[in-house]
Parts: sequence; C-alpha cells; structure tokens
Amino acid sequence: MRAITNADGQPVVQALIDVIKANRDHLSDIDGLIGDGDHGVNMAKGFAMAEARLAGGTVSMAEAMDTLGFILMSEIGGSMGPLYGNLFIDMAATVKNVERIDAAAFGAMLKAAIGAIQELGEAKVGDKTLMDTLVPAEAAFAAAVAEGKSFDDAIDAMSEAAEKGKDSTRDLVAKIGRSSRLGERSRGVLDAGAVSCYLLLSTMGAAVKERLTDA
Amino acid sequence: MQRIINDPDQLVEETVKGWAKVHRDTVRTTDNARVLAYKDAPVAGKVGIVTGGGSGHEPAFLGYVGRNVVDAVAIGEIFSSPTAQAFADAIKAADGGKGVAVLYGNYAGDNMNVKMAVKMVARDGIEVKTVVANDDVPSAPADQLDKRRGVAGEILMWKVGGAKAALGGDLDAVIAAAQKAIDNTRSIGIGLTPCTIPAVGHANFSIEPGKMELGIGHHGEPGIQVTDLKTADEMAQMMVDTVLPDLPFNSGDEVVVLVSGLGATPINELYVLYNRVDELLAEKGLVIYRPYVGNYFTSLEMMGVTLSVMKLDDELKPLIDLDADAFGFRQFKQD
Repeated sequence: MRAITNADGQPVVQALIDVIKANRDHLSDIDGLIGDGDHGVNMAKGFAMAEARLAGGTVSMAEAMDTLGFILMSEIGGSMGPLYGNLFIDMAATVKNVERIDAAAFGAMLKAAIGAIQELGEAKVGDKTLMDTLVPAEAAFAAAVAEGKSFDDAIDAMSEAAEKGKDSTRDLVAKIGRSSRLGERSRGVLDAGAVSCYLLLSTMGAAVKERLTDA
Repeated sequence: MQRIINDPDQLVEETVKGWAKVHRDTVRTTDNARVLAYKDAPVAGKVGIVTGGGSGHEPAFLGYVGRNVVDAVAIGEIFSSPTAQAFADAIKAADGGKGVAVLYGNYAGDNMNVKMAVKMVARDGIEVKTVVANDDVPSAPADQLDKRRGVAGEILMWKVGGAKAALGGDLDAVIAAAQKAIDNTRSIGIGLTPCTIPAVGHANFSIEPGKMELGIGHHGEPGIQVTDLKTADEMAQMMVDTVLPDLPFNSGDEVVVLVSGLGATPINELYVLYNRVDELLAEKGLVIYRPYVGNYFTSLEMMGVTLSVMKLDDELKPLIDLDADAFGFRQFKQD
C-alpha cells in the first residue's frame, strides 16, 4: 500500500514551517491590502516557535503536527491562531495511532481540517477565507481517490484545486472577518488566509509525496 | 514612524510589564505574561468578570481590571485577539467558585479564542457564560445587530456586569445585567487620521488631510461616510443623529454619555465636543445622568473621538453608581 510512514514524517511539518517563514513578508503584504497586515508576521512567529519546540528531537508526523497546532493555539492569537491551531491538532488526532498514512488516512486528515474550521466559525466557500482553498482541495483529493487514482496523483489533484481555490478569492467579496467590513473594496485582492492555506496544503502534499513508499 | 518603542515585537510584553509596576495598587501579574488580574482576584463567592482584546486600545482592556469592575484580562498583540490560552488563564484567575462572565467585543478572533477557552476550562469544571458587545452603530445595519462590532460601550458593559457581580448577583444575573447594558448602548466613532501598528510600520488605511471618516472602527475599519473635516459642533450633530434613532432614545430617557478620544485627540477638544453633545441631547429631552469624558478606549495614535450613549433603568442606575477602583474607571461616592 502506497503510504508515508508516520514515524518518518516530522520533515513534512518542518517543510510547513519553512514555507511559512519564507513567505512571512509576502503574506503580510497581501494581508495589508485588506486586513491589518500582520498575517505573515503572526504565522511566522508561531511556526518558528513550533520549530524551536521540535528542534533536536525526532517525533512522528502526527506528534509534530500536534505540537505545531498546540503552539498556534496557545501562543498566536487573532483569528489564525485558533483556526490553524485547531486545524493541525485535529489533523494530527486522526492519524495519531496510524503507522502508515495511506490515501484514506490522508483524506481523513483533510476532512478533519475542514471540521476544525467549521467548529470555530461559519465560513463557507465563497466567503473569501481559507475555506475557499481547503474545501475544494479536500474534494479534489477525495474525488481522485474515488476514481481509483494513485495517492501521488490525488495529491497533485489536491494541490491544483488548492491553487485554483486560492486564486478564486481574488474576485470574491469578503463575508467573514475583518476584511468583510470593506465590502466591495475587498474585491480584487487575494485573501491572505486562502494563500497561506494553499502554501501549507501544496507544501504538505509535495513533502508527503516525496516520502511515499510501497512498503 | 516617530514612536517611543524598542523592538516592536516586544511592545506588548513591555507595556504589560510597565503597567503592572505602575498599577500595582489594583492589579497583579499571573503565570501567563498576557494575563493581568485584580490584586484580590479570585474573590471567593463572587462571579468572576473577564474581558480581553487586542492591545493598542489602552486604557482598554487592562485598565478596567480592579475592584468592582473586571477581575482578569487577556491581552493580545496590537489590534489582535488574545490567545485562547490567555482567555482560559484569565478565566481561571477570575474564578471564585461562582462561575465566570466573559464580557468582550464582537470580533472574529475574539469570538474564536473565547470559544476555545471556554472548551479548555470546562475540563476544570468552571462555568462560563459570555456577553458579546455590539454597540457600534455604523458597523452593520440595525437588522444585523449580530454583525456589529463592540467599541467603547464595552466599558459600560464591564461597569454594569462588574457591579452586579460585586453586589452578589449570580452568573445568570450578571450576564443579564451586562447584556442589558450593551443592548441599551449605542456608539459611533469619527476618525481624522490613521494609526500605525509599529510592527507593520505604516498605516494600512488612510484619511486624507482635510477629511474625516464618520463611523470609523477602532482599528480603522471603514465607516459610513468620508466628508470634509467639520467643526466640533457639526461632528457632535452627526454623531447624535446616528446614535439616537438607532435604539431609539426617547424624550425623558435618562442616559449615561461616554466620550472617548482615540489616542491623539487633545483632551480639551473632547470637552468641546461634549459641550455640544450635551446641548443636543438636552434638546431631545434626554436627561444626562452621568457623563464621562476622556481617553477611555483608544486606537493607538488615531486622531478622533467616539460617542457612546446608554439608556438607564432602575436596575442599571445603581450599578453605574457603584464605587469602582480600576485605573480606567475610578469612581467613589461623593457625600
């Protein structure tokens, strides 16, 4: 069965940390157009704290993801702390006791990610939030698996849908959160949360894919 | 950026440290660097009062910690919600065994973090109920009250909720009083200049010289109208005209009036505005029971002002009158 060994998956979480740190200013600049310009700063701060917490030890992908989620939840406030914190904690929980994470288990993680966001807010596709990235990405992954495609191909489908979903926020009017106060003025700009969600999903996908084995 | 800061990322830490040193007569630090508590909290047998929000609004939120007002506060980054952990730790610091009322403003981040915090402390068996302030009239139409933001009216909610708890009200009574306080309050702001979060380094909204924005939010959220700069009297008129019909306030109503600067406004100008507000309310037949004027709820260095008006009844009056000893709200009976 094509899968990633959970115990070898800490580098996947490190890849998430790296991509957020590398995009710190980019994410803040996007956020600054219709938000308060601190998305990249806050995310990078939380992800760097998780990196420090994880440094020196080796844990499973699930444990590393849980640590990341816990730090975001406890150290980063705003909206993104609880949203991404809950998201990673719940994703980690679905594979906590899974030795080999196959396409079905990965699909369950994506479903849990959506559930974690829904637990906290009312955001739906079309509201110009990270859900515009996450929901179609999960749907594309599930559809690819249902069609009998390989785990590798399903990951590609997920990343492609995540990118399209992220790009779709450009033409949307924000319905949720601070930028919703801008109404029509929020149109024409990407949503920073949708962009960070795209970066995280596509990076996770690529890092998982690199580590897939048939063992 | 001409500011009195060190590392912008340490700004909140250093603010809280300084605050705790100065206001040690009313507050104490806790194990969480982002939580300050009333020095005698938790008060056994009293419902605990918790609030929290982003920094940059001083004396809100931490300035309202003190006797008969707020028992513990969760402190966020500038203009950013405190963490769920901070709200949870504030709830624990305030819990005197009779439950905790979390009284905060309607912002997406605060809503989420309070929700997670309530889940976190449920494990400790602490009963928590919440009131979400939504007094800012221009932030959403009257048929979407749940979308309105909380602004300076939150102070009156804390005053009333804190007094109800101090007088022995149980959790449901405290929640009901705080809810009534905010339901009876309407607010509006006017901004004349933008403000800059030091870690960002530039303002992320603009108000052109010679213009002003009616209905601006506490973080620069767009208002309902950008106009040429008006006189103080004209501003007072616009504010009163927006606030009064919304509740509505009627002739004969007794009201509390709170005028707050947004950070950069000279205090004397707040009195100039109040002077006209007082006349306008009197013309409408309103009876001003207690006026408050000062920097109660600011937005960094924004030039501007907010007006909040609360309609009183026989329950709210003694709660507003009760002594309070917090830096942001200090009031003692005068014989």
